[in-house]
Amino acid sequence: MGILGWTAVWVVITFSIYIGIAIWSRVADTRGFYVASQGVPAVANGMAVGADWMSAASFISLAGIVSFIGFDGSVYLMGWTGGYVLLALLLAPYLRKFGEYTVPDFVARRYYSKTARVVAAVAALFVSFTYVAGQMRGVGVVFSRFLGDFLAPFATAIGVEVVTIGVTIGMIIVALYAVLGGMKGVTWTQVAQYCVLIIAYLIPAVAIAAELTGNPIPQGAIGDVVPVLNQLSADLGLDMYTGPFSNLSMLNVFCITFVLMAGTAGLPHVIVRFYTVKTVRDARWSAFWAIVFIGILYTVAPAIAMFSRLEILQSFNELGAQGMAQQLGWVQNWTQAGLIESSGWTADTTVQQMLGGIDRDIIVLATPELAGLSAWVVGLVAAGGLAAALSTASGLMIVISSSLAHDIYGEVINPDASEQKRLRVGRQAIFVGVIVAGLAGIYPPGFVAEVVAFAFGLAAASFFPILVLGIFWKRCNRQGAVAGMIAGLTFTFVMIVLMRIHIITRGAIAEPFIDSFLGINAQGIGIIGMLINFALTIGISLNTPAPPQKVQDLVEQVRYPRELTPDELKEAVAEARG
Amino acid sequence: MSEPTIDRVTYWRTQIRRTAILLGVWFVVGFVLSIFLAEPLNSFSFGGVPFGFWMAQQGSIFVFVSLILIYTLASNQLDREAGVEEAEGSTSSAGQGH
Repeated sequence: MGILGWTAVWVVITFSIYIGIAIWSRVADTRGFYVASQGVPAVANGMAVGADWMSAASFISLAGIVSFIGFDGSVYLMGWTGGYVLLALLLAPYLRKFGEYTVPDFVARRYYSKTARVVAAVAALFVSFTYVAGQMRGVGVVFSRFLGDFLAPFATAIGVEVVTIGVTIGMIIVALYAVLGGMKGVTWTQVAQYCVLIIAYLIPAVAIAAELTGNPIPQGAIGDVVPVLNQLSADLGLDMYTGPFSNLSMLNVFCITFVLMAGTAGLPHVIVRFYTVKTVRDARWSAFWAIVFIGILYTVAPAIAMFSRLEILQSFNELGAQGMAQQLGWVQNWTQAGLIESSGWTADTTVQQMLGGIDRDIIVLATPELAGLSAWVVGLVAAGGLAAALSTASGLMIVISSSLAHDIYGEVINPDASEQKRLRVGRQAIFVGVIVAGLAGIYPPGFVAEVVAFAFGLAAASFFPILVLGIFWKRCNRQGAVAGMIAGLTFTFVMIVLMRIHIITRGAIAEPFIDSFLGINAQGIGIIGMLINFALTIGISLNTPAPPQKVQDLVEQVRYPRELTPDELKEAVAEARG
Repeated sequence: MSEPTIDRVTYWRTQIRRTAILLGVWFVVGFVLSIFLAEPLNSFSFGGVPFGFWMAQQGSIFVFVSLILIYTLASNQLDREAGVEEAEGSTSSAGQGH
């Protein structure tokens, strides 16, 4: 059986599991729908956070980017793990203690304001839609490469592209388990998806590490590969793989890493996962398990990046670009899928031109083929990529649904709605979200990791400052938070549009309006938005009245895992003053 | 539940101090060693890999995992000392405000 057959087998098996879980975990109330009845064990939640978190970008694009930009790819490796330190220490336990359904719930109660709720809900929608676009493009890439031959006749019959069919299948699956099971269904499918994606990621990495170095642990094999890779790069006249700042300036490496970390801690779909556990203690433990499960993939990714880089450069060294195009199966397969541009490769093609013809998104998917692993491994990797994309998409669907149905409809438009009505609106909101996300996948705005990185800038500039200040600074008030959130979000959004207009308009406007702001590029600009948010929130809070006593009591209460009695609370507030 | 050995003001001050220390380590490892000093540190080799590069792509992640583990163990311990840990089911549950 070939790659096509094996991919079909794995996809059918894994999708059946997801649907099975959906049917098993149906929910009947909003507490089950939005926070899985707060009954998720810490380890399971850690896995679910892992799958929620590790998107098509982590699974499909991460190693590819690191492979192409070497050291500077560390922005993603550190940015997408180090954020958990912020989340675990500054937000997760306190938000769990607060314990409602959504991030806007916290913002609304802490800043005693419906306006703040609406602003937060709109920001959550905005961030989530930006993010989901990347996921669906990932689903499209996997389907078009691995199941393209199988789906092509259907696509032709109804007159659409293969990608469209792939995205549609993915969206139907997500809609099915998210609509039926809400957060509970999403949680348990994410646990299953974590298992699928990590196995799919590790098997080829371990096999290649063992083959290349004799050491099956990819993290350990790095030591043997780096010297060979650096030497080969030097022979071919390329930058040292391990040398910093050849693609990004030190300032940008710093800013992007920081934005990705703060954004991680401010992403609503990650934060709400910490609402689903039983206790504050479990919230802390699930943050730990989350970074363990995520760290497994993130420490293996740089190894895969190196292995594939080495394979590609060695192929070039032996065969030249022309030889690669004529003799290597993986080059031909991916050329057919439109993700390698090898038609112009001749004997004169330089190594830079050859590398420039390879789409970075294919590295993980192509690595098993490139190393000559069996077809069943290649098919499994495809199923892993789908698991990563679908699990993140479904987490985002919950946020989109809860922002629309709970925060905007249930709390502002129709606060008297019955439980039944709220649940029905929540389910309808998922449908709307799914359709919009599907369209974003069929008409993707830019390549996966780049698009996702913008969501982090927006989250870092809108949520992170007001959540941290809201927990740690009692004096922080509504006027400051609303102004800070709007200013941070607007600044970051406008800057990204100005710098990426040529990509957003797909070349209709050929040149960006500005290249950078104070030397910071579009991915790192969220750091300035975040600072503006912090400055405005603090400055305006200090010049406007303090929040009401009730709110200050809430902040005091949130600091202790156990619910303090009214007497204890009074005492604690008095002690803190004295 | 045993008698608390520290009061709540001490509890919160200790929590803040520890959080600040752990975030200090986070900053030094993630930004100072892995970015600002990456170039000079690359002249040292760590198991065959330039050290700055190894920190940025491997070491920092191991440190992040350890920081969260230390925080979790220390906080859970501190909760017990201050008598603010939760009995099963005592945490506020969602939906109360609705």
